[in-house]
Formats: sequence, structure tokens, C-alpha cells
Amino acid sequence: MYARRPIEPLLWLFFSAGGVMAALFFPAILFLFGIAFPLGWLAPPNYDHLLAVVSHPLTRLVLLGVCSLSLFHWAHRFRYTLYDGLQIKHLNESINAICYGGAVLGTLTAAYLLWKVP
Amino acid sequence: MRHNAVYTPYHPRWHRTRVSTYWWLGRWSYFLFILRELSSIFVAWVVIYLLVLVAAVSKSAVRYQQFLDWSRNPFMLSLNILSLLFIVLHAVTWFNLAPQAMVVHVGGRRLPGSLIAISNYAGLVAVSIVILGLLLIRW
Amino acid sequence: MSDHITLHVARYRPEKASETTFDAFELPCPKEWVVLDGLNHIKDRMDGTLSYRWSCRMGICGSCGMLVNGEPKLACATFLSDYAPGPVRVEPLRNFPVIRDLVVEMGDFMSKLTRIKPWIVRQVEKPLSDGEYRQTPGELDEYKQFSMCINCMLCYSACPIYGLDPHFIGPAAIALAQRYNLDSRDEGAAERMQILSEHDGIWGCTFVGECTKVCPKHVDPAGAIQRYKLQSAVEWVKAFVLPRAAQ
Repeated sequence: MYARRPIEPLLWLFFSAGGVMAALFFPAILFLFGIAFPLGWLAPPNYDHLLAVVSHPLTRLVLLGVCSLSLFHWAHRFRYTLYDGLQIKHLNESINAICYGGAVLGTLTAAYLLWKVP
Repeated sequence: MRHNAVYTPYHPRWHRTRVSTYWWLGRWSYFLFILRELSSIFVAWVVIYLLVLVAAVSKSAVRYQQFLDWSRNPFMLSLNILSLLFIVLHAVTWFNLAPQAMVVHVGGRRLPGSLIAISNYAGLVAVSIVILGLLLIRW
Repeated sequence: MSDHITLHVARYRPEKASETTFDAFELPCPKEWVVLDGLNHIKDRMDGTLSYRWSCRMGICGSCGMLVNGEPKLACATFLSDYAPGPVRVEPLRNFPVIRDLVVEMGDFMSKLTRIKPWIVRQVEKPLSDGEYRQTPGELDEYKQFSMCINCMLCYSACPIYGLDPHFIGPAAIALAQRYNLDSRDEGAAERMQILSEHDGIWGCTFVGECTKVCPKHVDPAGAIQRYKLQSAVEWVKAFVLPRAAQ
């Protein structure tokens, strides 16, 4: 149907999926590990418990998906924030490289770290 | 330039104004928009924070304890409180705007947008309960 | 002086000055007066040189769009008494070149409108003898909201993205494209998608959402654009998974 196949729809799909993931998962995760545990409102899980949760294959898979898509969400949104907020669209090539390159690197890092969980 | 340049004919008598670089400071709704867009930075931060946690947990119990100590220092704590505010802003705006982008038909009828927004929040509650259950209940 | 209100009206007179100035007019302010009544009063009784566009005075022609206290509004649907005790600032629409006073140049919008083919496209026209193209009320409801657009350009004025990048095809044009795409009689969706999936089509939009807020006809252009993105992404995936079937 299309002579040229732009990549924009795919990037937008990742952006949207990442937006959903971040909105669903991050409030609870950040509330627990960022605020509730450090302030002592709730007792953090002990090491063996947390390791058991994280090392479950399903957890790793979900975490990889959430991390990767959220990073693409960041890349896409931040790129447009730079375009619109600072009017630096003429630097688009380096902005794209930093944003999407960062998301790809982050995904690889996440995959490596989650793979290494015993 | 990727664009095929399209020029509006020059007209010496037309008055044009340039958009200020700080246009998003001019109006409350524009400012809220830019805050919403900046939430993406905190999304990226949460990913990093989460991965640091995963790395610590996969190393040893000592590293995990170090992570917990690190998360208690005032700088990290204030960063994370700020991040949570932005994450909540992201979640609320995302869920509320979703009905505008999604039209769902069930049995030939268009579902009202409020139902889509409500099901989004229901999803948030469900996922949060699962996370809390996994981390807080000993099994 | 509660029955009077002051209007600060933007004046741009290229033969006199290269910058916009403001003229203050003190007007009576009956509660049924809209901004357009105020401008007509100025034109008839106080300063005949004031230039602005208007026609129907009932929110259907879309010609009296202007900024009232910085907000894009139809002058015929904005009551002066809502701004009492004033003063009220009246300016030409943002993001457009100004020709004179409150009159903006809309050639750019007009050329964008035609680019998205805002008419029913048929691959093969039915012969007249076969009768009309029928449509159920349900099919009408699918696009009716988007067909309410009166081309008043308030959404372009509210859209910071259009202000930043005049190449952006803009809210009303995309909503109108969607109006025809969703019409059961239309077969031009693929042609329009080709135009709108360009970078300065739907992808320039970052969902500021202001276009929907200012729309006097509740068209929801922002929603139309996001729906378009979703549709375009779904088609992209379909074409990727089933390259043949998508042809």
C-alpha cells in the first residue's frame, strides 16, 4: 500500500505501549522502593524472598518488557519535548541518535542484568 | 532537510510573530503539557533505579542491603518523591487521554470513553495489588 | 459604569506602522452583546477603519475567530458580559500572518484542507440510475462529530505545534480527513493515509490537546489525530506481519 514505509508508526506503538506499562507498573514499584521502604512505612521484603520473586522467569520477562518499552516511551516523548520545548528541531539527527540509541542500549543492559539474575 | 520546502509567498505588509522559545510558560495548560512531557525523564529514571535494584539483588544480600541504605539518603528520597509525583501525573494524564485515542466497539455499540478510562484505572489497581502481594506477603 | 466595558483592540495598519498597537474603546455592555456586537458598534459608531471578518453571527460560518483575552474564540459566541468589568483584549488569531487589524491570512490552511481530499472518494462511481449511497444512522454516528467542523481555525491558533512548525498539517485538516475516512461511503482512506503518515502529518502532533478545548463545535481534533495514529500503527504492523494481505 505504501511505497515508502516510514518507521514512525512503529516508534509510536512502542511509545504508547511503554506509556501504558509505565502508568500501570511504576506507581506501585516506585512508591514501595522509593518511598515506603526507605521511610520505614512498610518493611522491605527480605533478600531470599525478593530474589525468589525476581528470579522467576515470568518476572524477568515482564520486567524486561516493562523496562524496554518504558525506555522507548522516554525516547519518543523526550525527543519531541526537545523539539517543541527548546525549538531545536534542526539537531534532529543527534537527538534521535541519543534518544533511540539510549533506549536500545538500555534494553540491552536490562536484558543482560535480568539474564544474570541467579 | 526532509521536507519539500513550501514557501508562503513573501508579503512585505503581513505581520508575523515568532513563537517564543518559552511559549510553554505563557499558559497554564501549555505548562501542564510540558510537565506531562517531562514526566518521561522520570520514567527513564525509574527504569534505571529498577535495574540498579535488580543488579543488587542478583549479586548478594549485602548489595541488596546497600541498595536499601542508599535509597534512604535524603537526596535519593527527595528525587524519588519528585519522581513519584511525575509518574502519577503521567499515569493520570495517560489514562484520562486514552479514551480520545481509542474507540472500542462491543456488539456494534461504541463504548463510552469514561468506561475506557475506568478500566484503565481498574488495571492500575489490579497491577498494584499484584506487585504489593508479591513483595509484601510471605509465601 | 457597570454597564460599560473597555475593549483593547489590536490594530495593525501596514501603511502606517510595522507593529501592532492597541486602541481602547469604551462600549455599552448589554448582557446579550457578544464581542462581535462590540466590534460592529465600534465600526458603525466610533472608528470605521477597523477591519475584521464576520458573516453569520450564529457560529456557523467560522469567519469571526479571534483571540479574546488570549483565548481563541468565535467573536459571535463570546459574551462581553462574561468578561465584565473588563477590559477585554481582542487580537487576531495566533499562528497566522496578520493582513490588517483582526484579519489573518488563511491561504496556508486552505491549501492544507485540499491536500487531504475532504470529499467522498470513490474508486468507481456508481451510475446515477443506481440511486443514492445509503447509510444507516449508526454509520452516520461514526463520523458525525468530525463533520461539525466549520473551518474557523481556532484549533490552529491554539496549537503550539502549528505555531512552531508551519509544515504541520494541523488539527482541523486531520479531523476532516478522519470525517471522510470514517464515512461508510468513502473509499479514499488509503490515499489520505499516504498524505497524513508523512512526518508533518499526524506524527508532528504531541497531543497538547488545546485544539479540542477551543473547538466551538466539539469536533475533538486531538482525538481524531490520536485515533489516526493508532490506526496507522495497526496497519503498519499488519503490513509487516502479512505483507501480502495488506496490499
